[in-house]
Amino acid sequence: MTVLDMRNVRKVYRSGDADIVALDHATLQVDHGELVALLGPSGSGKTTLLSIAGGLLTATEGQVVVGGHDITSYSAKQLTRFRRENVGFVFQAVNLVPFLTAEENLLVVDELGGGRGGKAAVTRARALLDELGLGSRMRNLPAQLSGGERQRVAIGRALFNNPELVLFDEPTSSLDTKLGEQVMELIRAEMKARDTAAVIVTHDTRMTDVADRTVAIIDGRLAAGAVPAG
Amino acid sequence: MKLPLRELRRRPAQFVVATIVLAFLTTLLLFLGGLLDGLYLGSTGAIRAQQADAVVYSANARDSFLRSRITPDVRREVEAAAGVDAVGGIGFVLLGAQVPGESKLADVAVAGYELAPSGVSAPGADGTAVADSRLRAQGVSTGDRLLVGPAETPITVVGFVDDTGYLLQGSLWVNLATWREVQNANRPDAAVTAGVVQALVVRGTGDLPQAIDAATGGATRTLSRADAVLSLPGVKQQSDTFNQIISSTLVVALAVVGLFFSLLTIERTGLYGVLKAIGASSRRLFAGVVLQALIVAALAFAIGSTLAVAASAALAGKVPLQLTPERFVLTLTGVIVAAVVGSAISLRRVMRIDPASAIGSAS
Repeated sequence: MTVLDMRNVRKVYRSGDADIVALDHATLQVDHGELVALLGPSGSGKTTLLSIAGGLLTATEGQVVVGGHDITSYSAKQLTRFRRENVGFVFQAVNLVPFLTAEENLLVVDELGGGRGGKAAVTRARALLDELGLGSRMRNLPAQLSGGERQRVAIGRALFNNPELVLFDEPTSSLDTKLGEQVMELIRAEMKARDTAAVIVTHDTRMTDVADRTVAIIDGRLAAGAVPAG
Repeated sequence: MKLPLRELRRRPAQFVVATIVLAFLTTLLLFLGGLLDGLYLGSTGAIRAQQADAVVYSANARDSFLRSRITPDVRREVEAAAGVDAVGGIGFVLLGAQVPGESKLADVAVAGYELAPSGVSAPGADGTAVADSRLRAQGVSTGDRLLVGPAETPITVVGFVDDTGYLLQGSLWVNLATWREVQNANRPDAAVTAGVVQALVVRGTGDLPQAIDAATGGATRTLSRADAVLSLPGVKQQSDTFNQIISSTLVVALAVVGLFFSLLTIERTGLYGVLKAIGASSRRLFAGVVLQALIVAALAFAIGSTLAVAASAALAGKVPLQLTPERFVLTLTGVIVAAVVGSAISLRRVMRIDPASAIGSAS
């Protein structure tokens, strides 16, 4: 079943008198449990595509459906709620809250949704961190964690609300080769275990080894493979 | 709301400068307010204590007790005015008094009265006085025989009453005969004859100023008690001046909070972008900023209040500083309002943070 369904999506930025087309009639579908690597050079439009898929930006044209939610014409308020409840993000610079422990960085998702970090939320956060191999590090602040550990906490935060879609923005760019490979394996294992769809933006060709499908993007246009073969 | 509280707890150094600056501003606000209150209360107590609705001066007195004279004829006209229930003569004379065992003269205001002010009993025997309690600081005790003015008119203190100062001098409440004796012996240039008083205090109903001034054919000028308080020399000017300084200090406090939290918000742009990306609303983030501003303000108020109380204790008797509970409540309210309004300056900045910035500029 399709989790992310983007059809003929166009994104145009106005710059002075000129229109800059960042995404040009992009069509992309991702199924449950499927890992799609979005590969392209800087300025190719991959970040714009990821932002639109995650409800961070709205498309100028086209339709975006995520987990059955047609977010094409959602208001900013609706998008905020949609992101909180339906999508997980892992950012390039990790971006954990620096004054919160690993456990609290996961619980912040619960707090933003109006939760009070109750017993169920704490249990879930601890279970996730255990699963990610951070059982003994959950009370550490981000500054006390290694780069790989911080990335794992970020993955835990993205998975906390059981999203149907997780979006990764260059998840291995700040890690060395060995750590990068470990994180990629972890991402694959976690997504497959949860049957969660994932789009991984990267310009690292090694990511294609763990992805089910690789889609190239150049000058805002998606190449072949943007729709599942089967 | 755990997020802003945890940041306060785990990054206290980030808020230290703002807290210290606000604490000093709070001390300044309380100090200025305390001085204003001390000057106001010390100057006006004798009039505020009057259990009267209006004060009647002679028309040419320009609302001054010292310049005013009310003759028995005018008094009768006042007594006959519509709405007037009771009339009492009143008079003041400012002098120095020798206190037994003290080398310095005490500053006293000998106040003659007929209608007893609040806390003072009916006029007593000739040569006796109920003293304002501020005279205790100048060594005056019950039973003391004070020698008042250059003529050394004797007055014996028979008791004390609080908050009846007149122009920052402790009042000695005496009967009118004693007041006239003191006035005539020590201020022969401003002597008063029998039956003459400086002013009248009046109890009654209706529009007393209008009724009385009409009844005397313009020989009097009548003010409400509140207006009489403000017409005391320097009181209104002092209040206006201090209130302007206090208002300016509050504006500075607001600017400090506004600037501090604006800078903090700029510093947090990246973090707020990430939090917005994962589902935080601008409202929630802004509420966090306001909560932090409120806590910083409350902490600063606690520190500032402690400093102000310590300063007040150190300066007791040297300056007319009076810290009242009302002043603390007013200052706390002012600081809290400054914190909320100041932090609101960050609202636009928080609203404008783009969640898409969390994954870098869209290419």
